[in-house]
Amino acid sequence: MKTRNFVNLNVNPCKMCMPMGAAIALRGIENSMMMLHGSQGCNAYLRTHLTTHFSEPMDIASSSLHENATIYGGGANLKKGLQNLIRIYNPTFIGIATTCLAETIGEDVERIAKEFRAENDLGAVNIIATNTPGYGGTLCEGYFTTLRDILRHVVRPSDRHDRVNVVMAHVSPGDVRNIKSMLQAFGIDAIMFPDISTTFDAPFSRDFSRIPKGGTPHADIAAMSGARATIEIGAAIPEQISPGRYLEDQFGVPLVRSPIPIGVAHCDSFMQVLSSLSGRATPVQFQEDRGKLVDGMIDMHKTSGEIRALVYGDPDQVYSVASLCVENGITPAVLGTGSVSKAYRGLLDKLLEHAGMASTILDDTDFETLEHHTLKNEVNLVVGNSAGKQLTEKYGLPPVRIGFPINDRFGGQRLVYTGYSGSLKLLDDMVNAVLAKKFGMHRVDMLEKYHRVEEPAI
Amino acid sequence: MDDSAELLLDVKDVLEERKSRILVKSIGGCDGGGIRCDRETIAGSISQRACVYCGARVVLNPITDAVHLVHGPIGCASYTWDLRGSLTSDSNLFRNSFSTDLREKDVIFGGEKKLAAAIDEIIEGYTPRPKLIFVYATCVVGVIGDDIEAVCRQKEAQHGVRVIPVKSSGFVGAKPMGYKLACGALLELMGDAKQEQKPGVNILGDYNHGGEIWIIEGYLRKIGVNVVARITGDSSYEQLIKAPSATLNIVECSGSMAYLSQQMEKKFGIPSLKVRFIGYQDIKSSLVQIAEYIGGQELVDRALRLVEQEEARVEPIISEYRKKLAGKTAAVCVGGTYKAIAMIQLLKEFGVKTVLIGTQHGSVEDYRVINDFSVEGAVIINDTSPTEIEKYVREFKPDLFVGNVKERTLALKMGIPFVDFNHDRKYPMTTYEGMINFIRELDLTSNSPVWKWANTDPLV
Repeated sequence: MKTRNFVNLNVNPCKMCMPMGAAIALRGIENSMMMLHGSQGCNAYLRTHLTTHFSEPMDIASSSLHENATIYGGGANLKKGLQNLIRIYNPTFIGIATTCLAETIGEDVERIAKEFRAENDLGAVNIIATNTPGYGGTLCEGYFTTLRDILRHVVRPSDRHDRVNVVMAHVSPGDVRNIKSMLQAFGIDAIMFPDISTTFDAPFSRDFSRIPKGGTPHADIAAMSGARATIEIGAAIPEQISPGRYLEDQFGVPLVRSPIPIGVAHCDSFMQVLSSLSGRATPVQFQEDRGKLVDGMIDMHKTSGEIRALVYGDPDQVYSVASLCVENGITPAVLGTGSVSKAYRGLLDKLLEHAGMASTILDDTDFETLEHHTLKNEVNLVVGNSAGKQLTEKYGLPPVRIGFPINDRFGGQRLVYTGYSGSLKLLDDMVNAVLAKKFGMHRVDMLEKYHRVEEPAI
Repeated sequence: MDDSAELLLDVKDVLEERKSRILVKSIGGCDGGGIRCDRETIAGSISQRACVYCGARVVLNPITDAVHLVHGPIGCASYTWDLRGSLTSDSNLFRNSFSTDLREKDVIFGGEKKLAAAIDEIIEGYTPRPKLIFVYATCVVGVIGDDIEAVCRQKEAQHGVRVIPVKSSGFVGAKPMGYKLACGALLELMGDAKQEQKPGVNILGDYNHGGEIWIIEGYLRKIGVNVVARITGDSSYEQLIKAPSATLNIVECSGSMAYLSQQMEKKFGIPSLKVRFIGYQDIKSSLVQIAEYIGGQELVDRALRLVEQEEARVEPIISEYRKKLAGKTAAVCVGGTYKAIAMIQLLKEFGVKTVLIGTQHGSVEDYRVINDFSVEGAVIINDTSPTEIEKYVREFKPDLFVGNVKERTLALKMGIPFVDFNHDRKYPMTTYEGMINFIRELDLTSNSPVWKWANTDPLV
């Protein structure tokens, strides 16, 4: 399957770059700020996208590289930037992430960070460095690379304790909260890593704070080496940047992977993981939720059966939404991600083969290609972020918004599509989007189709 | 309000080296001489600014039948895809974002071949064949030294299509440099040949957000003024190459179009006139000046008739809202000084006093104008940072905030009613029509019941 219409050209990107992923990961760490080593523009773009999606102020510092720094090296700029950042924001955690520019001129941010630490009395301020060149991958790779680098810098050997690490795939703050409450219901004392549940969805307060409260506490990160186990939420995370794999390799913390719990099958397997880690049966509340989900699936099955969906986004998001689709007889006609991902292809091939459904599976793709296959495959529903808005505009295809960025609807930060009840909400939204389109003009449609004043004789 | 010294000495919020970029009206700059601007952003200060590429892209993007090809890794194309609210009456080609999507190996071995192949793919893959391709260089390309000019020249000759390089590596300057590069690209498109001139205007620096340029064109048509080229809102290749035949350039956003208007005067002898279609006073004087230049008294009379008609139409609506806004104060933090000055004036007409003005860029002269238009004690900032906004919002507690996307969430989180004056706006904010939209939005936000809840504490 050709993943793009053109070989040398990406038309309408279906991906963002690594620094965007770094920004999201860092925001899930307590009292943290990001320092982007590059030119000023990257900052503006990241902040604009993040602030519109999450409806939160989003401050990211930049080393503001200009021509001189590009020629002679940006170390001095970066150090000065760090000093200013500390003076104004007082973060206790700083993540330095690189950009295309910094990587191309060969900046060694790890070394610069070490020097900065040696030259300044920083007390308890953690500074980590991560390499996130824009040409090195997508948001997804940036997110996990940054998480892994945070672990590399912060985790220390620790005594065994009874807590469980939970490495979060990139889902909405609403979904992070939802998964937290599932863990609580099983009595699992979890270290959520990262935790964007309040930092990207902060309650209004008359006492505005520059750095939002919440995020994973640094002491918790340091102690992740002593946890009973790591649950890594995400089935398509590349091994070499998997935070869970790092903890297992370095500290022997057993790793369990679970796809994002969307759909009955993925929620069931998540429940099994929580059950075996906690030694508890699935709480009654979730058993009921499961029953309600199945009940809803039955109620809606005939509409579901007529849906042919385009699903695009991060590999793991696409995989889990596709899983919900096949359970409901929804044909995931076109599946696309901008990342290069063998894991995603493997997972989807297996899923669809098992379901006996045909689908066009694309990775490393762009919207021009997705559009081509959307039309070819008679898609009638578009499931993904706001980047698909032109498909709705051009062809009237109803959208369901999930993922990031969502900038043409409110509430992207509050979406809850995980768990049995979240899955039902997603199914409701998908079915209702198709219904609204299908029957919105039903009477007029029927009149035009069947009503004749005169019939010519045969 | 405290006196200025105390305002400016609070190092908790304002960096030492930033103090010279902040001015308090009638107390003068801290160095005793105006404001320091046009300087590089201070590392770590958190700026609302963007980069050279962004400046070039926003100016050229509205050209409707152009292909915008970004040569570099994916981010720059991804974040600028369909980025403005610029509307089109013709082609939608400009609403695509093309990228060479450079990967690691391209960065190592150079991206020229890929760029050449990408241009071929565009020419072969699109019908009707594009007439115009802009190729933007991004940071990486500037460092690895791809010769985009040579590739563009070669492809232009091979395909007989205009392929214009824009050397907009992000680090080579600031956003205004991108404006200048975009102007350079437009000049290259227009060529050097003088054209036979017929009375008519080019509209420079209007990007047709929510159809603004159409409304303005309508005014001019009513007065009897012919519009030759729209630059760049709802413009096309055919239109732009005729621009040298106009007899006057009217310039709205002077920040982005200064270089183009200067050069067109030099090359083609076309004078320029700064205009603003924001607020009664500015719309009227702009229309009258344009009419006078193009057609003398007869056209001026028509312009005055139009103004009278339009004012009679919108004032009854506006006056209803004005009553509800009387005596309020505002903060205005936007990108360019053109917008800031227009906003201060417009708010004044609505009975709202501006107490805080922040822009990303501007010249000493621009800030002098802002200073002249401002009320006593107003704070004026160059290259505004969020923490400075926060500080002065706490200080002044303005009733309203006018700004862009990045200011919106900050203002709302601080409980300040907010109006977007951003380039992704969906409906007109300039022109008479826009005045209604604008004041309606001011009312919608400042008189909403939600603020009552923002001033309550959670139950304990």
